[in-house]
Amino acid sequence: MNMDVNAIKQATRGKVWFDRLTQNFERIESGIESLQIAEGKINNQIVRVFCITADTQNRFPRARNGEVGLLEGWGLAHAVNQMIEQDQDASKKRGILCLVDVPSQAYGRREESLGIHQALAAAVDSYARARLAGHAVVSLLVGKSMSGAFLAHGYQANRILALKDSGVMVHAMGKESAARVTLRTVEELEHLAQRIPPMAYDIESYASLGLLSGLIEVESAEDPTQHDLESVTQSIAGAFEDIQQQGRCDLSHRLQAQNRQASLRVRELMKAQWS
Amino acid sequence: MADIDYLLKKQSFIELDARQRAKSLLDATSQKELLDPFARVMSPWLIKQNIVPQADDGVVVIKGTLEGRPAVVISIEGVFQGGSLGEVGGAKIAGALELAVEDNRNHIPTVAILLLETGGVRLQEANLGLAAIAEIQAAIVALRQYQPVIGVVAGSVGCFGGMSIAAGLCSYLIMTQEGRLGLNGPQVIEQEAGLQEYNAKDRPFIWSICGGEQRFKTGLIDAYIDDNREQIKAQIIEFIQQGSPQRPRCMQAEHYLEKLQHLDTTQQISPAEVQALYQGEKA
Repeated sequence: MNMDVNAIKQATRGKVWFDRLTQNFERIESGIESLQIAEGKINNQIVRVFCITADTQNRFPRARNGEVGLLEGWGLAHAVNQMIEQDQDASKKRGILCLVDVPSQAYGRREESLGIHQALAAAVDSYARARLAGHAVVSLLVGKSMSGAFLAHGYQANRILALKDSGVMVHAMGKESAARVTLRTVEELEHLAQRIPPMAYDIESYASLGLLSGLIEVESAEDPTQHDLESVTQSIAGAFEDIQQQGRCDLSHRLQAQNRQASLRVRELMKAQWS
Repeated sequence: MADIDYLLKKQSFIELDARQRAKSLLDATSQKELLDPFARVMSPWLIKQNIVPQADDGVVVIKGTLEGRPAVVISIEGVFQGGSLGEVGGAKIAGALELAVEDNRNHIPTVAILLLETGGVRLQEANLGLAAIAEIQAAIVALRQYQPVIGVVAGSVGCFGGMSIAAGLCSYLIMTQEGRLGLNGPQVIEQEAGLQEYNAKDRPFIWSICGGEQRFKTGLIDAYIDDNREQIKAQIIEFIQQGSPQRPRCMQAEHYLEKLQHLDTTQQISPAEVQALYQGEKA
């Protein structure tokens, strides 16, 4: 019954990219199996890398395929907060790289009962405060980057990069559920997505919304080659440099695209009426 | 229990539409709606899908004063497209919050109050709704550096999806018995996880998990009050006067991790057990 986008399949790309990109990095124990952290250097920037990966033994059964659940949300918040505190008085703060391959947030009764929204809010809060505190935050989308999971892990970054690959997708909801909620069939939904860019699942449509700072061509998104690793590392380093040069910690650079004109116009009109 | 006189005299908050709700909070002579329906800034995406747009895109932003203090009230209309946020409505909220941040940087102590009645992202504008919500969240965190941000979840649409995360970023949250607060809407959980996990048609079950009373008893919100205009306003004023909490809920990771790491997750956990787990001594 599931379409590819929400097929019950474990997220594996995040782990692959995490392992390859952080080969020479120091591993940092997060206390949570599904939260991988490592620290090392990318060019001259010290970077701490965060990745949510699948844990088939996760104590929360609805969070075993790489979903962002209660432990992942609170765990991310704890780890990022720690970093903010450690660097509080540092003249040059460490960078943050979010490797994003999150099929969804965890959908379950345990999660709702225990307030998963609050766990994800904690993760969002920590990334946003890190950005405001002067940590450069870069996200790299290597797989699915869905909905609340992406909000919690990746969407607060100063720069978002993505692999140019059909397995990299951004959306607010899996197709089956989106069809149910909007009273459409999956076919109707797919048909509409072809001419309504914000409704599409593919990364190139997403790029047309102006939210990405770069689309990176790779030979294999599943099993990156040495060349892929080099060009991705170079793009990440470029993003960190760019953040430093610009010296802004807000998200206003996301408002420039043709397909997102109303977002800018609303802000301009509102500003004119504000005082 | 039933005080007839009180019930007859009390003025409901939930019965008001989004605009009236916002107006009921601000000082009467101070109010100015920004991008009101006559500005006719509507969703560019709904028309393309043969869906009738609304002249305010379901979001009302009113600037004014609250007991003399500069304030902006952002109110989502749950009746239009389930209170869902698309590009325009989302930008109205994010834009208003960003301007409140700018005010504070310029030493104008503007506070923001969010009246949340929303299913989250409007799926007809999916990725632009999601992007807007990320920006709303960024702005709430930025504004919290200066002022408390207060969220109210009063009506039966509740507050779900990305906007429940936004609610979790607020300094204070107020709910009524009617309100619900949860990440995933019941229909979606049922679709994704099955009927056994979550029965979207079982209303008492749903409210026992994410209704205002349960959220209050588990300490996930700060005030649980009657559907009463005066009381809601009084509670908002009280929170503003209290100022920012020492440690907002979203900064209590250690507390929650500790609770969750010792929890038996082999079985479902009952609402009473969640209360005991999170509130312990208080429950």
